[in-house]
Amino acid sequence: MNNAFQKTYTKLDSITKATVSLHAQGVQNDELAKVAGRLAQVVKIKEDLVTLQVFAGTEGIPTNAEVEFLGEPPSLNVSDELSGRFFNAYGDPIDGGPRIEGEHRFIGGPSVNPYKRKQPSELIPTGIAGIDLNNTLVSGQKIPFFADPDQPYNQVMAQVALRADVDKIILGGMGLSNDDYLYFKQAFEGAGALNKIISFVNTTEEPPVERLLIPDMALCAAEYFAYDKNEKVLVLLTDMTLYADALSIVSNRMDQIPSKDSMPGSLYSDLAKIYEKAVQFPDGGSITIIAVTTLNEGDITHAIPDNTGYITEGQLFLRYDTDTGKVIIDPFRSLSRLKQNVIGKKTREDHGQVMNTGVRLYADAANAKTKLENGFDLSDYDKRCLEFAKDYSNKLLAIDVNISINQMLDTGWELFAKYFTPAETGIKQKFIDKYWKK
Amino acid sequence: MKSTGIVTGIVSNLVTIDFTGHVAENEICYIDLNGVKLMAEVIKVNGNHAFVQVYESTRGLKIGNTVEFEGHMLEVTLGPGLLSSIYDGLQNNLTTMEGVYLKRGEYTPALDLGKEWDFTPMAKAGDKVQASDWLGEVKEGWLPHKIMVPFSFKGNFKVKSIVPAGTYKASDKIAVLTNEKGDDREVSMIQKWPVKVAVGGYVEKPRPSRVLETGVRTIDTLNPIAEGGTGFIPGPFGCGKTVLQHAIAQHSDAEIIVMAACGERANEVVEIFTEFPQLIDSHTGRKLMERTTIVCNTSNMPVAAREASVYTAMTICEYYRQMGMKVLLLADSTSRWAQALREMSNRMEELPGADAFPVDLSAIISNFYARAGIVTLHNGKSGSITFIGTVSPAGGNLKEPVTESTKKAARCFYALSQSRADKKRYPSVDPVDSYSKYLEYPEVCEYLDTKVDKEWTEKVNHAKTIIRRGKEIYEQINILGDDGVPISYHEMYWKSELIDFVILQQDAFDPIDSTTPMERQEYMLSLVLEVCDKKYDFKTFEECSSKFKEIINLMRQMNYSEFKGEDFNKFQAQLYKMIGNE
Repeated sequence: MNNAFQKTYTKLDSITKATVSLHAQGVQNDELAKVAGRLAQVVKIKEDLVTLQVFAGTEGIPTNAEVEFLGEPPSLNVSDELSGRFFNAYGDPIDGGPRIEGEHRFIGGPSVNPYKRKQPSELIPTGIAGIDLNNTLVSGQKIPFFADPDQPYNQVMAQVALRADVDKIILGGMGLSNDDYLYFKQAFEGAGALNKIISFVNTTEEPPVERLLIPDMALCAAEYFAYDKNEKVLVLLTDMTLYADALSIVSNRMDQIPSKDSMPGSLYSDLAKIYEKAVQFPDGGSITIIAVTTLNEGDITHAIPDNTGYITEGQLFLRYDTDTGKVIIDPFRSLSRLKQNVIGKKTREDHGQVMNTGVRLYADAANAKTKLENGFDLSDYDKRCLEFAKDYSNKLLAIDVNISINQMLDTGWELFAKYFTPAETGIKQKFIDKYWKK
Repeated sequence: MKSTGIVTGIVSNLVTIDFTGHVAENEICYIDLNGVKLMAEVIKVNGNHAFVQVYESTRGLKIGNTVEFEGHMLEVTLGPGLLSSIYDGLQNNLTTMEGVYLKRGEYTPALDLGKEWDFTPMAKAGDKVQASDWLGEVKEGWLPHKIMVPFSFKGNFKVKSIVPAGTYKASDKIAVLTNEKGDDREVSMIQKWPVKVAVGGYVEKPRPSRVLETGVRTIDTLNPIAEGGTGFIPGPFGCGKTVLQHAIAQHSDAEIIVMAACGERANEVVEIFTEFPQLIDSHTGRKLMERTTIVCNTSNMPVAAREASVYTAMTICEYYRQMGMKVLLLADSTSRWAQALREMSNRMEELPGADAFPVDLSAIISNFYARAGIVTLHNGKSGSITFIGTVSPAGGNLKEPVTESTKKAARCFYALSQSRADKKRYPSVDPVDSYSKYLEYPEVCEYLDTKVDKEWTEKVNHAKTIIRRGKEIYEQINILGDDGVPISYHEMYWKSELIDFVILQQDAFDPIDSTTPMERQEYMLSLVLEVCDKKYDFKTFEECSSKFKEIINLMRQMNYSEFKGEDFNKFQAQLYKMIGNE
C-alpha cells in the first residue's frame, strides 16, 4: 500500500480543528494520507492546494508536520476471520487479536444496481409483538429506533439482534459510551453468539470525526458476508445522530453554508449512502440495518431524524406507558414500510386486519383518555376502550413480550372478543366468521 | 474539433476544468480517469474555467486528468422500445448492465437499435411535413407508436421517399425529407432530444377540461385532477405518499405512465418492477408494465444524475404526448431534486436563498411544472401530460421553500395529514386543506356533470360541507364534552365520519377496494348522501354513535365486495333495512 515514489511533504498551509491544507502534487480525490502519523482523507483539491480531513483531530499538529499520501481510499481486509472480532474505526483490532488477513477492499464502495435487487420478502421475527404484529421487520430493510437519550434503545436493539434469525450481526458503534460498549459485548457473549458478531466501535473517548468511518467499515464487512457468502447479515448502527454531528463538524470547518439545524446541505445524500446499503441480493444474501437515531426531547422535525425518516423504511418509537408501567413500541408513530410484503403473505391471512383494528381501537382509547382528563363523562364504549388499551399494552405492545406471531394474532382476537362486538371492530365478515372467539 | 480541458479542482462531485476552445452551458463532457470515462455537465463558466457536476463518484480523480467536451447537452434517445424499460437518470438501461453493483463509467444504450419493428407508413412521398408530424406507426407491444419527424428538424419539409409497410430495424432509414433549401435529411425510428429543452411541435395548449380518473376516491370525488393538469402531494414521511402514488400509477386511466423515482428508496423501485409486470391494468386488461417506463435514480446513486432524472422522464412524456397519447408523469420526490440543486449551489459557493436552496429554485420548479399540459397537435389530435409530484417537506412543515414554490406552480394540492396517518386513516389526504383548482373551471364542472351525474358537483359540495361541519363539531366536542353539545351536533359529526370511512378511506392493499371506477364512486357517494339526508330521531348521543357505527360497518363491507355483486347487494339490503328504507 505504500508507494515508493510517494513524496513526503513537511509544510502545512493552514490548520483548522478538523482539517489541514497543504500544497502537493499528483493527489487523488478521496485518498488517505498520514499527517504527523494521524490518518487523514483528501476532501478538496484546488490546483495544488489539497485539504485533508484529519480523523483524530488536529490538536498539536505543527505547520511542519510530515504528510505522507497513501495513494488509496480507506479500506478493510475482509475474510471469514472477521467473525467474533472487535475493531476501531480504522478497522484495526482492539481485542488484542491478530490483524485480519484477507482481501483488501475499499470502503464506501459502489451502489447496487436497483434492477438487480430482489424485493425484500423474508420475515425477521423478533418475538416482540409491538414489532412483529404491528411493524413487521423484513430482511433487506433499513429501520431506525427514534428514541430519547434516556430510553433503553441499545438494550432493545441488542435483544432484537439476538432473537433475529440471521447469520451475522455487525455492530457499528459511534460515540458509544464505554459502558454501552461493554453492555453489547456482555450481551453478545452471554447469548453465546460472539462467533457471529463483528464490531466496529468508536467510543465517546475517541475523536468524533473518526466516527465517519464506522458505517462504511461495518457495511463493507456486511457486503462481504451478504454478497460474497450469501449470508443474512444484520447491521446495527448506534447512534446515527452522533454520526451526523460529526458530518456537521467537518462541513463547518470547511466553511460550507449550513442548511437546516446547522447540518450540511448534503445530509440527505450522506445518510442515504449508508442506509441504502440495506439490500436483498438475488442469491439469498441480505443486509438489514437497524439503527438508532437519538432525538432531542422527541423532536422528529430536527434535520437528522427528519432526513432519516425519508430514507429509512419506517421507524420504531419507544414510549414509557404510564398505565402499565412498561416500555412499549408506540403503535401510532412506529411504522414498518415493508410489512406489507410479508403481512398476510408470510403470516396468517388475518394479520393485516388484526393489526389495523388493534391500533384503531387503541386510538379510540387515547381519545377516551383525553376526554377523561378533560373531566367529561365516558360512554360505555369509551370505558371498554380504556380497559382494552391496558390489556393490549400489557400483552402485546410491551417490549418484554416474547411470543410467536400466531400467538399474537390469537391474543388480538381474544382481546377484541373480550371488550367489543364484531360490528365495533369493523373487520371483514369472512375473518369474523373464522376467528372470532365466542 | 471537440473542445478539451484538464481538471484543476475537485470538491466532491464539483470539478473545475481549464478548457481550450469553446464550451456551452449544460454541455456534456467526459473526464478520463485512467481509461474510465466519467460523464459530467457544465453548470458554470468563468473565463476559461468550466465548473462541471460529475454524474459519478470522483474518487481517485487527480489534477491534470484530461477532459473532452461533447458539443451537445444531455440528450435522451427516443424511439420504440421505451415502454417497459428501466432507466437511470441519464437514460442508461439498468437491465442490460452487468454485475450486481453499478460500475463507474458504464453507460448502456437506452434502446436496442437492432430490434425489428413492423412499420406502417402514414405519410406518402410529396406530403408537406414539419417537426413531430407523424410519418408512420409501429406497434410497441399493443400500443400504436408513431414515428415522427424528428423534433430537432426546423422549418418545413417535403417527404421525398418513405419505405413501404414492412419490418425494419429501429436504426434503418425509413424516410428521406427535403427541406426548403432542397437538402435531403434521412429519418430513422430513433431521434435524440436535449432533456432540459421543452418539446414544442403543437398548435396550442388549451385549458384542461377533462378529468383524469385515478381510482382514488378522495381525489376523483373530492378534488379531481384534470387530464393535462398538475398536482402535488406534500407530506411528512410515513403519511403514505409513495403508496398513494403507486395506487394512482396502477389504476389511473392514462395510456402511458412514466415514473421518475428521484432520490428515493431503492426498494420502492424494486416494488414497482417486481409487481407491475404481474399487475393487470383494469382499463385495458394488459400488464401494467407494458405501458410504463421507469426512470430511477435512487437516493444512493450520484446526486447530479438525480437532477437529470426528472428532465429525462419529462422528455419521454413529451415524446409520447406528441403521438396523441394521454401520459401521466409521477415524480417522487421533487424535494430530492431540489436538494441536489442545493448541494451543487453550495459547493459552488453561491449566495444561498431560503434554507440554503438556490435563489432561482422557484423559477426552476415552475418551469418544470409548465411542461405538463394538454396540447392540440398539428393534425388536430390532442395529447396530454398530467404531472403529479410529491414533495417531502423538511420536518413536515409546509412553510419551506420547495413546498411553497410548488404550491405556486401546481393546480391540485393533496395535503397528507400526519394526524390522519397516525389514526391509520389512509389515504391520509386531508379533505379540508386539499384543493383542486380545476373545480373552478366551468368546463371541468360541466364535464363532470355530463359524464358522472347531472347533480355531481352539487353532491360533492354537499359532502364537503358535511365534512367541514363534522371537523368543527369534533373540536367543539373535544372542548365541551359529549353532553356539552346538542344531539344534532353528534348526528352531523357521525355523518362526516360516515363519509370519511366510506368515501375518503380506501384500502390500497385490498384487491377490490384499492381502485374505484367513477361509476362506483358516483353510486357510493349518492348512497352515503341518501343515508345522511334521512331524518333521524336520536334520543341520546350513544344511540346516534352506535347506529352510525353499524352503518359504517355495513358500507365498508360493501366497499370490500364486488360492485353490485351478491355480497354487495346483501349488505345494501341490510343497510336499507337498518335505516328504514324499502
